[in-house]
Amino acid sequence: MGIATSDKPFTERIKDAEADKFMRASVAKAQDAQFQKRTEARRQLGHWEGWRDLSAEIRQHVIKHLPDYLEEFSDNVQKNGGHVFFAKDGNEASAFIKQLAIKKNVHHVVKSKSMVTTEIGLDKELLTIPGLSLMETDLAEFILQEDNWDEPTHIVFPTLHKNRNQIQKVFEKLGYDGDNDPEHMARFVRHYLRNYFMQADFGITGCNFAIADNGMINLVTNEGNADISMAIPKTQVVVMGMERIVPSLKEAEVLDNVLCRSAVGQKLTSYCTFSKGKEADEADGPDDFYVVIVDNGRSKMLNTDFEPMLQCIRCGSCLNVCPVYRQVGGKGYGSIYPGPMGEVLSPILGGYQEFKELPYACSLCAACTETCPVKIPLHELIRHHRYVEMDELHLDHSPSNALLKAVGKGTSSPTLFNDAMRFAHIALEPFGKKTTPEDIKNLYPDGKINHLPAIAPKLAHGWVDVRDLAVPPKYHQNFRHWYRHYEEEEEQEND
Amino acid sequence: MISNYIFSIFKEAKCIQLMHACMKVCIFSTCIVDLLYPDVGKATVELLQRFGCETFFPDKQICCGQPTYNSGYDRETITTFKNQLDALLSIDADYIVGPSGSCVAMLHEYKNIFKDDPEYSKKAQILYDKSFELTQFIYRVLGILDCGAELDDTATFHRSCHMTRLLGERTAPIVLLEHVKGLELIPLHNIQLCCGFGGTFSAKEPLLSEAMVDDKANNVLKTKAHILIACEQTCLMNIGGRINRRRDGSHITIMHIAEVLNHNVDTSRITYVKDTDHVMVPANGNGVF
Ligand code: SF4
Repeated sequence: MGIATSDKPFTERIKDAEADKFMRASVAKAQDAQFQKRTEARRQLGHWEGWRDLSAEIRQHVIKHLPDYLEEFSDNVQKNGGHVFFAKDGNEASAFIKQLAIKKNVHHVVKSKSMVTTEIGLDKELLTIPGLSLMETDLAEFILQEDNWDEPTHIVFPTLHKNRNQIQKVFEKLGYDGDNDPEHMARFVRHYLRNYFMQADFGITGCNFAIADNGMINLVTNEGNADISMAIPKTQVVVMGMERIVPSLKEAEVLDNVLCRSAVGQKLTSYCTFSKGKEADEADGPDDFYVVIVDNGRSKMLNTDFEPMLQCIRCGSCLNVCPVYRQVGGKGYGSIYPGPMGEVLSPILGGYQEFKELPYACSLCAACTETCPVKIPLHELIRHHRYVEMDELHLDHSPSNALLKAVGKGTSSPTLFNDAMRFAHIALEPFGKKTTPEDIKNLYPDGKINHLPAIAPKLAHGWVDVRDLAVPPKYHQNFRHWYRHYEEEEEQEND
Repeated sequence: MISNYIFSIFKEAKCIQLMHACMKVCIFSTCIVDLLYPDVGKATVELLQRFGCETFFPDKQICCGQPTYNSGYDRETITTFKNQLDALLSIDADYIVGPSGSCVAMLHEYKNIFKDDPEYSKKAQILYDKSFELTQFIYRVLGILDCGAELDDTATFHRSCHMTRLLGERTAPIVLLEHVKGLELIPLHNIQLCCGFGGTFSAKEPLLSEAMVDDKANNVLKTKAHILIACEQTCLMNIGGRINRRRDGSHITIMHIAEVLNHNVDTSRITYVKDTDHVMVPANGNGVF
């Protein structure tokens, strides 16, 4: 299934999502809360635009010199005694990790939250090994796992679609008998996981930033589970997208500052860890340390108009400001990468055939572009997908396609546009109804259209099925006529 | 340009009215005004003339190109862009002014679209430098604080996405509205959220658009304001059109900001920004932000 989370058609997903009143309310609540926290955290930092410029510059620089930095990082990991594996795609990455687990005769795997392991479907692959058990240790990912591997709906808050009662039900299956207080439930999980952690012999974590000049892995979390996943198991595997690299600790500091503020509205998360394999004289840490660097379609973006997307630091704030995400949550998108960043990434990583509708699920309001801490022009990239679909791949063969092409003709020829103005009233008036005192004032001077015959174009229905449309003014009452007349009068006055 | 030279002399001497009198303004009507809402265009022209601008209307103008460009038909839209560019520049005006932040932001975007075209990149730069959204022009270029309008009522203001985020203008309309006599502005909850118009989005994705506009309509109605104002007639068509369709007995009047600023004007009340320099940037596009 790859990054897809659903095989239902797009429209059905949207309908399902919109019918889920609870989910919509909780997404709206989360967005509003994050709005306050994020804005405040950024305000406290001061000079936000300066931080954004700097962050964007760092990310652009890294992407431009990506091969060099990857080499430097990989050399340093090896110097530190670790191993690096470059995986062309998800299958290669999963197969490598699976082989490693078999070779090490692993029984208990602990994982901490990582989008890239979800992307490559690692969990399910590992679970095919007989006698192996696996535990997601991030609270939200744990809930998803225990709820029959439900799909995540947000890249930072994977269970945004669930309420506390639903979560309580999931935990009851594990023997929880308390109330639905999040704190009580978290304590239960903490206890539940602790035993498991102590026996873990294989740890898998993601990576927020990989530091090129010292081979370290930087992770920011609020639960500390990632740190235990690194400290206890004998073997640790870090899985990272190939773009998650920074030159040195200095740049990591800048990016951690903007990441935590953007992702959760905190100055810094509870844990901000820099780690590598075990130091010679220390007890903690893995004996064996592996870094798996995954391409899985990312290099397709290099040197294209989509290259800025590689700047993404997965902070999720574009989801938190998106008015479409607000209405349909993560499930509506049908991809593990939802919201604006997902609309850009999903067609690239998962293919246009699978995700061709996503770039259209956007009003181009640019709230994402405005909030993105690394200045990715998200709404422009979403629009660019539309261009690729329409002008390059010719994916749309519907009547809407023909109609929009006709609009293109009409808006490029003054004669045709004049005809449109001339016939607008005559053509639409038959569908119109008289304006009544009940109607909104000032919007329907010449009548309103609130119903169209079934044969009307789909696009026209799209508008009129939801809103009342104004009947256009008569040709001789349109703006241009008025202007000509007005000018003549002015001239006469002046003479 | 000779008029620019005269303009700078008057500016030096701080003769504001004389400055305006020598301004030639090309009206960029937008296709929505041409096709559906003549009153918005009329108000725009009347305002500009009242402030002493000489207005021109090149007949060949049509549309900024967003309907097709934003739907992904780049190649098809190039002719639309070129037609619009040539039409608006066919008159040697000092400024090009339109009653829509979104459409003006699109004109500015021509600069990027034509960056590799030797001929049109130059024209696009000129267009970029000359074009302003109406309230932006009144406040930043003409230096007007109070348009002399009066509207004794309560209103709420919908801040359109492209105007604030792409054009970068969020101050001008608010300053001008705050100076309308008798007008009480009620803050709109979640003002930053899109109303769900999004051009062809509203017709292509009616399910999504409906959910979004319902949210916006609810927030608007919750203010209990009698009037909904915006700088964008398309957003008003969407929000107002949805409220009308819901037939839940809600009443609200829709007004484009040009109509508000042109309402019951007493010219003796027109006032100018005291220190004109900080807002007045003639022919300088985005330089003020
Ligand atoms: S695109 Fe920008 S805002 Fe969205 S997740 Fe990535 S970094 Fe954050």
